[in-house]
Amino acid sequence: MGRYVARRLLQMIPVFFGTTLLIFLMVYSLPGDPVAGLFGDKGASPSTIEAIRHKLGLDQPLWKQYWDYMTGIILHFDFGTQIRNDRPVTEVLGDAFPVTLQLATLAFAFELIFGIGLGIIAGLRAGRLADNAILIFTLLIISIPVFVLGFLIKMVFAFNLGWIEPNVSNDQLWSEMIAPAVVLGGLSLAYVARLTRTSMAENLRADYMRTAIAKGLPRRRVIGVHLMRNSMIPVVTFLGTDIGALMGGAIVTERIFNVKGVGGLIAESITRREGTTLVGLVTVLVIVYLVTSLLIDLLYAVLDPRIRYA
Amino acid sequence: MRGAKSAKWVTGAIIVALAATACGGGKSEGGNDAKGKVDPNGIFSIEVGEPEKPLLTGDTMESNGSIVMAGLFSTLVDYKADGSLEMINAESVTTTDSKLWTVKLKKGWKFHDGTPVTAKSFVDAWNWNANVENAQGLASWYADIKGFEKVHPEAEGAKPTSKTLDGLKVLDENTFTIELAKPVPYFAHKLAYISFAPLPESFFKDPEAAGQKPVGNGPYKFKSWDHKKQIEIVRYDGYTGPNKAKNGGVVFKNYTTLEAAYEDLKSGNVDVLRQLAPKDLPVYRSDLGDRAVDQPYSAIQTVAVAFYADQWKKPKQVDPKVIQGLSMAIDRATITKTVLNGTREPATGWVAQGVLGYQPNAVEVTKFDPAKAKELIKAGGGVPNNKISIQYNADGGHKEWVEAVCNSITQATSVECVGDGKPDFQADLQARKNQQVKSLYRSGWVLDYPVNANFISDLFRTGAGGNQGGFSNKELDAKIAKADSAKTLEESVKEYQAIEKDLVNYMPSIPLWYYKVNAGYSEKVSGVAYGQDGDPILTGVEVKK
Repeated sequence: MGRYVARRLLQMIPVFFGTTLLIFLMVYSLPGDPVAGLFGDKGASPSTIEAIRHKLGLDQPLWKQYWDYMTGIILHFDFGTQIRNDRPVTEVLGDAFPVTLQLATLAFAFELIFGIGLGIIAGLRAGRLADNAILIFTLLIISIPVFVLGFLIKMVFAFNLGWIEPNVSNDQLWSEMIAPAVVLGGLSLAYVARLTRTSMAENLRADYMRTAIAKGLPRRRVIGVHLMRNSMIPVVTFLGTDIGALMGGAIVTERIFNVKGVGGLIAESITRREGTTLVGLVTVLVIVYLVTSLLIDLLYAVLDPRIRYA
Repeated sequence: MRGAKSAKWVTGAIIVALAATACGGGKSEGGNDAKGKVDPNGIFSIEVGEPEKPLLTGDTMESNGSIVMAGLFSTLVDYKADGSLEMINAESVTTTDSKLWTVKLKKGWKFHDGTPVTAKSFVDAWNWNANVENAQGLASWYADIKGFEKVHPEAEGAKPTSKTLDGLKVLDENTFTIELAKPVPYFAHKLAYISFAPLPESFFKDPEAAGQKPVGNGPYKFKSWDHKKQIEIVRYDGYTGPNKAKNGGVVFKNYTTLEAAYEDLKSGNVDVLRQLAPKDLPVYRSDLGDRAVDQPYSAIQTVAVAFYADQWKKPKQVDPKVIQGLSMAIDRATITKTVLNGTREPATGWVAQGVLGYQPNAVEVTKFDPAKAKELIKAGGGVPNNKISIQYNADGGHKEWVEAVCNSITQATSVECVGDGKPDFQADLQARKNQQVKSLYRSGWVLDYPVNANFISDLFRTGAGGNQGGFSNKELDAKIAKADSAKTLEESVKEYQAIEKDLVNYMPSIPLWYYKVNAGYSEKVSGVAYGQDGDPILTGVEVKK
């Protein structure tokens, strides 16, 4: 077990360098000069542009830029400076991540509770009315695009009923985050419910279930311990990767609800050719993915003791 | 199961909610706070994006930063709606030959940190901003001043040979002179620009910190900057200028989209907008009533010609008649009304409204006349290859009108026309910079100072900053030089008016339309007016109790 964890942690190092280098190369190969872009239609003298490029180290060869960048991160935890704003990238990330984390946590809790809840109801009553209703409902959720769902929720709850404010304010209250979290978690909720349902419906017919019932165990124990533990493995796998997706993939939701989080920052950094910000963002996201997938793998053993790590 | 019941209920609620939207009509915007009394200390909020750069007087050129800077700093002069000057921090700005300018300051002005505003505050600030080593984007604004090329050599990587501009001299505490390299009759108008604001002593100790927490001499003082969220400024009570704030302060709020900002305006979370998203344009007048704003400002959209492109250069220089013809093939009236939702006004010349020397109907070539268009193109020898393209950046909402313009040209003249979309503004600019534009490109200009020279000299002079199409004509350069050396401002404006009329013979670009402010404000505020640059005038806004 210890060796397994150590090996997985070591594997993260090449992944870390690989992803950062890839992103670095991608941003570099996009057409468009971020410094010239600062001046728009009116232009600036070549000497001014050259002075800014020099200050930011953009006049260095690419390998040197990458090297400086990586040593900055590793030795000083310095992610460089944004081209616009002159702000340290760590500060920019420090502003965006907590907001997205807040949103992602709520969305995750939402999909976890309602997704698994709906899945259990459907799974236990496979083929009956409740099951069909839930299948239709989840199909509906999956097929509605995120921006449509976002506007629907805004229209009903903010404009027609007036229960919520249409947008998240600058204070980012938890109560304001509920609507975007529902939208963000909605799609995954449908998948979680369907995964849980199928897995449970299948395991209901398994031999160990018949044994457990035949032993005369109370129904709660049969379902709660015997059935649930086995049925959760695919669901947990999905939930694990979804954490990463929730952190990074909320561009549309964040725009609709005026959330100033990671999604918008990624989009903005790409259009502005902010290589340093983008690599910093992706680095953090990669770490989130790697850590959660490791945690999920370790969770398997808890759910199913037959799984061994080598 | 216990959880089942509540889960069922929630499912039900969501389905009901989804169904409800199908017949959900818009709620009427009720509510009135008709008390109407003005609170002189009331604070209002404006939708403004995150400034692109630190708040420096020498580097703030885009609209998100400059509206904040306009509150924090006062320049020597400002201009009124008709383009005439108003003294702000200056007592007087005088000249006899348009070359040597004497500035007298009003006495008793103080920066927000309590230090006095003196002649030195201006001279030091300009010297610092002009210095190439400080890499300020607005450095070229000092190019008129004698000795600029020593402080700011043009060539890449060149080192400055002097730290101060030769032309600036402090005479006493409240007087200084500006000597220009050559006469510029409209130089006083340029002084209204933010780069000519003064800076306090504290700035030079730590310019970087000052960019995050600027200390100015304007009607408002800086309070806080919560990056990407909001900037707050509050009224500076020691302000003695003529444009004292009628409110207690301003909050500049950040929004991810214009749609979100508009929703917040309707629900009372933001008070003033600067622009609207295309989606809201058809409804905003009925939503806001008399709080809807629809007024022109001094900016113009054009289609510029890439004169360096093979199409226009080989085998011989294109005849301006061809471009005149293309211009007359564009149905501006219909496109602005339909495609652009009435947010633009057809242009009738190269100089936008609201600047000194604007002349209505300056030229004929902006009229839609397919027959004449065909004739002109034929007379000019036809469009090379009978095909043109218009380059634009696809991230700026230009695709629709570019296609409409193309259709109009093709229908009127049967010249094939396609849009050449670049994914974003960065890529668009790079193609312009590297002279890779194949045929025509989208271009635009917002006023820097309210004189017609700004729309001619800064765009069409050989080597001017805004001249990215490689247009160069010795005749025109000579005329511009002559207009620049006119004795008085009036004469210069007149000569530039003649040049504008004359531009049809060169057709450096095709004027399309003037921009308009389409915006609105909440019931909480009154006195919201928009300046020539399209920004709301902060100091005049009154907040109701």
